[in-house]
Parts: sequence; structure tokens; C-alpha cells
Amino acid sequence: MGRPQLSIQDLRVEYHTDEEVVHAVNGISLDLEEGESLGLVGETGAGKTTTALSILGLLPKPNGKITGGSIFFEGKELSKMGEEEMRKIRGNRISMIFQDPMTSLNPIFPVGEQIAEALEVHFSLSRESAEGRAAELLELVGIPRNRMKEYPHQFSGGMKQRVVIAMALACNPKLLLADEPTTALDVTIQAQVLRMIRDLKRRMQTTLILISHDLGVVAQICSTVAIMYAGKIMEYGKLEDVFRNPLHPYTEGLFASIPRLDRSQRRLSSIPGLIPDPSNLPSGCVFHPRCPYRMDSCSQVVPRTTEWKGRKVQCLKYQELS
Amino acid sequence: MEPLLEVRHLKKYFHAGYGTLHAVDDVSFRIPKGSTLGLVGESGCGKTTTGRSILRLIEPTAGEVIFKGRNVLHASPAELRSLRAEMQIIFQDPYSSLNPRMTVSQIIGEPLWIHRRVKDKRELERKVRELMEKVELADRLYGAYPHELDGGRRQRIGIARALSLHPQFIVCDEPVSALDVSVQAQILNLLKDLQEELGLTYLFITHDMSVVKHMSNTIAVMYLGQIVEMAPAEALFQKQLHPYTQALISAIPLLEPGGWKDEKALKGELSSPIDPAPGCRFAPRCPLAMEQCLGQDLPLVESAPGRFSSCLRAKEMI
Repeated sequence: MGRPQLSIQDLRVEYHTDEEVVHAVNGISLDLEEGESLGLVGETGAGKTTTALSILGLLPKPNGKITGGSIFFEGKELSKMGEEEMRKIRGNRISMIFQDPMTSLNPIFPVGEQIAEALEVHFSLSRESAEGRAAELLELVGIPRNRMKEYPHQFSGGMKQRVVIAMALACNPKLLLADEPTTALDVTIQAQVLRMIRDLKRRMQTTLILISHDLGVVAQICSTVAIMYAGKIMEYGKLEDVFRNPLHPYTEGLFASIPRLDRSQRRLSSIPGLIPDPSNLPSGCVFHPRCPYRMDSCSQVVPRTTEWKGRKVQCLKYQELS
Repeated sequence: MEPLLEVRHLKKYFHAGYGTLHAVDDVSFRIPKGSTLGLVGESGCGKTTTGRSILRLIEPTAGEVIFKGRNVLHASPAELRSLRAEMQIIFQDPYSSLNPRMTVSQIIGEPLWIHRRVKDKRELERKVRELMEKVELADRLYGAYPHELDGGRRQRIGIARALSLHPQFIVCDEPVSALDVSVQAQILNLLKDLQEELGLTYLFITHDMSVVKHMSNTIAVMYLGQIVEMAPAEALFQKQLHPYTQALISAIPLLEPGGWKDEKALKGELSSPIDPAPGCRFAPRCPLAMEQCLGQDLPLVESAPGRFSSCLRAKEMI
């Protein structure tokens, strides 16, 4: 095994507004091998989307800023790259699928043209050959090529997301970031789209980061998973390990909150309290105010990442045990 | 047992310029007092329209809604106003269903004023604080505005408002869809506790199969304006007597590493609800479709004790 394809070390991102500083990502580290599929899971405000936007250099300007750490992709430091250089990578080597297919397509251009655009820009293809390739891509995602000239509003939600996926795959990206790609879709359509992403990923050998709030969705396609909370990674390891035996109290609480199909429960064991305000994070471990196992030291000491049973956990309990 | 609410042959058609949209097309069910009927289906299946038609927040085209022996659809405006005190709704989006210019206490207290349930300001304040305690909203939020609160707390305001007039029946229209999973669990627990404590009857509308199983005694599955299957919650998940329910349940991403057990994905997408041809609405996507499925509408029939399905081949699935 050589060096990882994507390596994020101690990444920190802040959003500055007139009144406050929002600490969106607070020191996360991830390493992805080529072809790996990582699920980035967490609730609203956990920093999942901010992490993806940082990789692509798409943080909103001027409010969003990387304030620490590094992002290396194929050996090059993305976080130090200029806009010009970044453009050559974005949509080409690394591409992204956004949550809402209704807003990521331009309503006034036919879908075929929108897919072809990326090919013209990155591969300097002629209009004709780009459109030929766009037709192939549409077929790849299960849309007949004769719908090339149709506009986004003529497609259903599931079909629009397929178009967005075709766009993202146009340049054979090495790394695909999918931000809640099926959240806006109905469950039977979600199943179709997820299977398609999984099969295309296998066929194209793309590395995948799938961002989702839904542990079930991640279980369908990912082999590793990172559980985020308040801009930190609480637990990171093989999907199977984390699902079979969650170690971190937050992961445990997250699983217990989900109504199960395979058993009946009168009550759900919810996590008490609320997600912390990212402009005013708790001291010590960010999860300590809601943690059922908290110790006195949890409000004072920031836990380090500890290797435990083949995964990485940020919790004092495991730090002391190891 | 006499049901608290009975819906018979409810229809709601919308007239579009190019045809008639059959949003709810001949829906019937009963909900016994103190129990929950889960209404589940994908977007556009008519579940929200059904809920709103029952309360006459939209006027249904045809049918009967019998609440405690009275037909809600024949109620005069004055009768409807007093009926509405007993039939309430909790909306999906806690961001758009609360007036941003009113404080928490004004929102919760408004129904009490309108229905003259309180004598004076002092009694109003006391009742509002009681309601806030009941839904576990901190007392210090009495004068807060909705924008200061997160989704979970806002949904608690919606619940307190719905409870303020002591209703017996509440339509819960996707009450947790906008919430994160840890907060969703808090709200689902609260709704269950309140039901037990106050003997409430719920029509629980959702697209989420795990949530509907957790909350309901009986589940009705809707597809393109019609109920295609209705059964006790546990039984429905053990065995489905309609191919659409089968597809819906097998599409759920399970919390199991490795993914779906069943690799058959449902083909195709919803057909148009505008002037649908007679026959089974699911037939174009159905793996079991036969010639007889088309041509005539298929009513919900009791295919096994307590289990209703509109599928002609339901008996083969038992």
C-alpha cells in the first residue's frame, strides 16, 4: 500500500460573521485509499458538507476559511492550491453530487448540454463529440439518449438526480463526493439511485465519500464510516465493526434513536439535549453535556484520537483504557 | 368497538386545465379510540390530502367523515369550529407552520383565546405554562420567538398548540420528517407518552416505514390516491399481501452492513394521477401484473382475517 489517495490531517474550518465565529470543522483527519468508499455520517451541523466543500475549495467566500490542517490529494496539497489550478481538478479529478437535484441543474439549458459542458472545458472536446459522450453517459445512468434535448423540468426528481450523477461522472473522476444524494428522493427511487451509484463506483473504480444523515443509506454502499459530531470525528473505522459494535457513546445513542424494523420497542432511547451551538462549543469533549457515561474529566480534557479494536475513537473512556 | 373516526369513500379531485387530478380516490378506514392509524406512502400518493380533507382544511369532493357519530362534511361553519377543537393537526414543517411574529406563548395560547377557554390573562398564562411543561419546553422560552429555537423545540410548540383545546383526535402530518434522528426519537417518544396519558387517537402520516411501524397499531399503504393494503403493523412487516408494499419494504436501506438482502429494485416511477385509467394503479410497475388487473378498479378486500389488500393475487402471497 502506498500513500493514501486523499489525506486530510487535522482540518479546521471556521465561518466568520459580523457577530460570531462558527467552528464548523474542528480538527478532523481522514485517509482514503484508492477505490475506497467512506460514509461520512452525522446530524445537521456536524460539519459533513463543510468538509466536502473544503476538499473542493468551494467554501463560501469570504466567510468560510480553512484555519488549520491540510488536505492532500494524489500527493498535492489542495488547501494551498490557487484557484486556477483548483479549477483543473474540480469537476475533473474530483467531482461532487449535491443533495438537491432541482437546484444543481440549470433550468434554461437542455440536460445534454449541461453534461457536455464539463467535457468541453476539461478535455477540450468539440461540441459534437462532447454531446456524443454526454449521450453515452445518460445511457449509463439509465436515461434514453433521445431525452438529451429535454430540460430539467421535464424530468422527475429521481431522473434529475441521475442527470446530476451523469454530470459528475463525465470526466471519469478519481474521487466522487456525494452529499446526501438520495435524501430528496422517495424510498423506492432512492433504492434505484443508490444501487446505480454503487454499481458505477465499482465499474469505474472511483473513490467515494458518501455524506448522509442516514446510517441505513451508508450501510448499502460504504466499507468504512466516520461518525461526525460538532465538527469532530467521534468514531472512524470499518463499517461492519462500527455497525455491529459501536464504541463511542454518541454512535451508540445514534443507533438507539432509530426505530428498528427487526424488533418492537415501546420507547426509543433518544439522546437527551441538543446539538451544541457551533459558535459556542462545550469545553472538553464536545459530546459531554449529552453523554450518559460522562466523567468529571470529560468537561475539562479534550479527548485525543485513540486506536481501539481496529478503529479510531475520540473518547476519554477509551483513552484511559488503552 | 365503535370507531372514533370513520372515513368512507373519501375523494378529493383537483381540476387542472388538462384533466382531473385524482389526489384521493375512494379511501375508507376506521380508527378506534386511543389507537393510531399509520398512513404511509411516497410523495404524491395523497396521504397529506387525505389528512387535510378529514379536517376540511381542504374541502373533499365526495365521501363521508364520521367523527363521534357526526358527519364532519355536513357540519355548518359554527359546528365545524367547535369540531375543530376536538380534531387537531400537527404539521410537517415546524419552520413554516409557526407565525414568526408571535412568541411561543402567543402561539400556544391563541386557540385558548379564540375558543374562549380562559377567563383572563392570568388563567391564559397558567394554561400556556402547563402546556409547555407537558411538551417539555423550558419555562424560560415563554417569551421567545420561533426563530430562536431549533426544529425539535419548534415541533414541540406545534404539539402544545394542537393539545391546547384538549382534542381527542390529532392528524400528525409527517411530524418528524424535518428533524434529525436523535431529536426525532425525542418527539416520537413525546407523542407516544401523550397518547397514553390523554387517550389520544392519531392519524399518523409519514413516508418513513420504520417510523410508521414504531408508531402505529394499523398501517394503511397508499399508492396514487388509493389504499392498496391495510393491516396490523407487526403483521404487515412480517408478510405483505400487495406487491407495492413488498417493494416499499424491500427498498428500505437496512442498518445492516452489506446492504439489501433483496436485490430486486422496483422498476419505473409513479404514473400520472391525472385522469388515471381504471384498474390497478400499480400494474405498470408490478412484477405480478396480469391482464385482469386493468380495466376495472380494484377495491380493498379482506384477503385474510384482519388483512386487507386490493391485489387480485393477494391470496397467493399468504
